[in-house]
Amino acid sequence: MKLLVAIKRVVDYNVKIRVKGDGSDVELANLKMGINPFCEIAVEEGVRLREAGVANELVVVTFGPEAAAEQLRHALALGADRACHYVTSETLTPFTVARALQKVCELEQPDLVLLGKQAIDSDNNQVAQMLAALTDWPLATFASAVRLVADELQVTREIDGGFETLGMALPALVSVDLRLNEPRFASLPNIMKAKRKPLESAPFAALAVEPAHHTHLLGVMAPPARRAGIRVGSVDELVDKLKHEAKVL
Amino acid sequence: MSILIIAEHQQGLLANSVLHLVTAARLLGDDLHVLLLGDQLTEVATQVSAIHGVTKVRLAEHRTLATGLLDGVDKQVASWCDGYSHCVMAATTMGKDLLPRVAARLGVEMISDITAIEGHDTFLRPIYAGNAIAKVASSAPIKVMTVRTSAFAAAGAQTATVAIERLPVAEVHCRTRLIERQAVQSTRPDLAAARVVVSGGRALGSKAQFALIEALADKLGGAVGASRAAVDAGYVTNDLQVGQTGKVVAPDLYIAVGISGAIQHLAGMKESKVIVAINKDSDAPIFQVADYGLVGDLFSVLPALTAKL
Repeated sequence: MKLLVAIKRVVDYNVKIRVKGDGSDVELANLKMGINPFCEIAVEEGVRLREAGVANELVVVTFGPEAAAEQLRHALALGADRACHYVTSETLTPFTVARALQKVCELEQPDLVLLGKQAIDSDNNQVAQMLAALTDWPLATFASAVRLVADELQVTREIDGGFETLGMALPALVSVDLRLNEPRFASLPNIMKAKRKPLESAPFAALAVEPAHHTHLLGVMAPPARRAGIRVGSVDELVDKLKHEAKVL
Repeated sequence: MSILIIAEHQQGLLANSVLHLVTAARLLGDDLHVLLLGDQLTEVATQVSAIHGVTKVRLAEHRTLATGLLDGVDKQVASWCDGYSHCVMAATTMGKDLLPRVAARLGVEMISDITAIEGHDTFLRPIYAGNAIAKVASSAPIKVMTVRTSAFAAAGAQTATVAIERLPVAEVHCRTRLIERQAVQSTRPDLAAARVVVSGGRALGSKAQFALIEALADKLGGAVGASRAAVDAGYVTNDLQVGQTGKVVAPDLYIAVGISGAIQHLAGMKESKVIVAINKDSDAPIFQVADYGLVGDLFSVLPALTAKL
């Protein structure tokens, strides 16, 4: 079975971002970047399926700036076999990404595509679902366990108020949640080896996907700041404040 | 133009989120149609028609739709979107799962998790774990979007007569089978809708000690929440996680106990009206958003607080 994992380069999850002075966007210059944490979990799951012999090839793909090659190299160091980089400096919307991934699916013919459930920058949570509609493949979102039983992909999902397990025929799509696995660290020998693994690069335009322009970013603002709070010295004082000042008890 | 609201329901009961969706939809237009997917929906339809502002209820009844599986359903839903200016759903697990599929079937971009409506085509939504608010305009022929229900008040009741339309449902081509579904049983209020939420973090130390959180929540008639660390440690089930990737809540009172206040957790609770933080680390970031902070050992503070209420 052939696996495809889509990854995104985003601001590191520990960085507290700031809004640009002119309110046009967030300030991204000189910030630490990395693989979107959910994408990293998807790569890890792919590597595990590869190691378990369920899959015999793991391809990672990204659409992004030249620098996103770093994230592909990282995925190769984690255990991916091959990487495809469709280079663009444009900010792509989920619908454009989904249509581009549909093209990649036509080219690569994967049996299973793993994606993160959302990117921590735009927080959209749309790409996997849109790709499911475009490919017309079954999808399990928010996966916390993935296994192949006979020819059926069985995925446990995190849902509001509990969990459920779905069975799907391949080819299929899975969007991964936090608790699916704990991604490994890339070892130094594997980082060295990854430098010799194939990383194909092509302009995003090669996929012949015309970006949709239905959504226009008018501006970005900082969230309203909360009024400074106070420290209370005791439980009694806290109860008193909640009752008489905040009036929430 | 009319607005299509896709409503969720469980075991014959309309989800609370629909009341909030209706309030949001009324900012977009006056003709609000509510679509229900499932089987034997007459009773839920009655509940929908009692919401102030709803002008029509559309029922899609079919055994397959009652399973809650979405494979192929998006195609049907897209066919029912014809003629609407907007299609909205709550940003719940189901809304997040279904609506992007519908948008893609319709060939439009969609907008996730809107928190404010500035006009029929202009919306605000949080990005970067709520550390920035984006103002976006949509020129899509139909605006498809999920709504953060905690950002909109619940709609009231009405006694108006509302038309109920039964939609013809084609056989859904569903290639997904349900192997198992387990709902977490709880007698406490729903986390997303609770007036009071008491959340615990890693500092509780064990599942047994997490009972201190539950005791305080019960005393206040509130819901129990948790940080990712508490969920990963197995103290509570994952459906109680509050944060960027869990539930987003905005109760009147949020009490964070033994939670440091990582960016990802704050994303899920910083819109709460009053935030109380109890933590022994006086430098914990949670104190930066707390209205009332108490530095102390939760194992002595919690029982004392519970006893005094």
